[in-house]
Amino acid sequence: MSCQIAQGLIHAHVDGELDLARSLEVEQHMQECQVCASAYRNQTALRSAFKDSSLRYSAPEGLEKRIRSSLRREAKSEVGRRSIDWRWLPIGALAFLLLMAFVVWRAVPGLRPSSDEILAQEMVSNHVRSLQLESHRADVISSDQHTVKPWFDGKLDFAPPVKDFSSQGFPLIGGRLEYLNNRAVAALIYQRQKHYINLYIWPAEQSYATGEVGTKRQGYNLLHWTNSGMTYWAISDLNGVELHEFARLVQEAQ
Amino acid sequence: MQGQNKLASFETAVLPHLDAAYNLARWLTRNDADAQDVVQEAYLRAFRFFGGFHGEDGRAWLLGIVRNTSYTWMQQNRSAQLNTPLDDELHEVRSDDMTPEALLLQKADAQMLRQAVEELPVEFREVLVLRELNEMSYKQIAVVADLPLGTVMSRLARARKRLQQIFASHTQTEVLT
Repeated sequence: MSCQIAQGLIHAHVDGELDLARSLEVEQHMQECQVCASAYRNQTALRSAFKDSSLRYSAPEGLEKRIRSSLRREAKSEVGRRSIDWRWLPIGALAFLLLMAFVVWRAVPGLRPSSDEILAQEMVSNHVRSLQLESHRADVISSDQHTVKPWFDGKLDFAPPVKDFSSQGFPLIGGRLEYLNNRAVAALIYQRQKHYINLYIWPAEQSYATGEVGTKRQGYNLLHWTNSGMTYWAISDLNGVELHEFARLVQEAQ
Repeated sequence: MQGQNKLASFETAVLPHLDAAYNLARWLTRNDADAQDVVQEAYLRAFRFFGGFHGEDGRAWLLGIVRNTSYTWMQQNRSAQLNTPLDDELHEVRSDDMTPEALLLQKADAQMLRQAVEELPVEFREVLVLRELNEMSYKQIAVVADLPLGTVMSRLARARKRLQQIFASHTQTEVLT
């Protein structure tokens, strides 16, 4: 080991920061080199001079007490501040993203089921429920349109057109009240051989007439249209052609 | 962590190092009243940052804050002594600098040594105090003083060299007068 390297390592050696192998090399060098040996003695002397405890300051009386009370004040004011806890940041960010996604979903029509689709689903559920029990089928059972129509009086804020189509093969069975599309609506029940047809009627939101729109859901045919200020939804397990025929009858009767 | 919980764990982890904190601040500011102010301020800062402390070396963590608080305090109160930047690459300690009169150290008394240490530039003083009086390893000093490990070693060597020179000149002056 050269003197230059040894001189660089003597401090680390004195401070016990060298590994054993390095320490031995330095020791060995010092046995041969007086300059380095004397430098080592100097550093050791200096280190032991520092061992004098009077050089080491201790905290004066009262400092700890002052610190403790200032910490207590700080702890209290921290509780008062309820400082922002950044650990919640990711959760906050996620909530914000979800909110934005919802806003976009609401704003872009293509991304959410249209109100017609939701309504069609409601129709199917209602239609199925009405057929599960005979007592559910109609609140007023009559094939007489002059019995069924007055029955709705005072139960609805509108007067649904009621017609019997017995002669055309679609006898009126009765009527009942339903709650659909967030409002009370009239439901009329017709029969075609063994098939039942529910015809739901409520005042249209728009004043213009729209043509028939047909969909199929869970094996049921649905047709809806608007005319004379009323919206009509017809649903049945009847085939599409006959349901369409029924729809024409209803529309022509207006 | 809020309120009493935080306070209790802070006091357990950090308060035992009060003497070490005061010792460092006292040597850096060279004044008792200033050191007390610095330590009190450092403890408040440490308490505020305690959330970022994860139970490593509490003493080194605290002393790092005490050191920074001392420097801030010195900048505000007597900036002159900080205006001499050190270049660690210059003044390499060379073997021929080790003159025999450094042996005078062996006769050093505490009062003379204290005076000599106080005369050291603050960058030398801090590594020397951390090593000799707070008995920290090079690694801990590197954390406290925010220095690379190699710089800790070379600064410590130069600090000792400088100390010996100051000490020797004092002793010679005393002999002459």
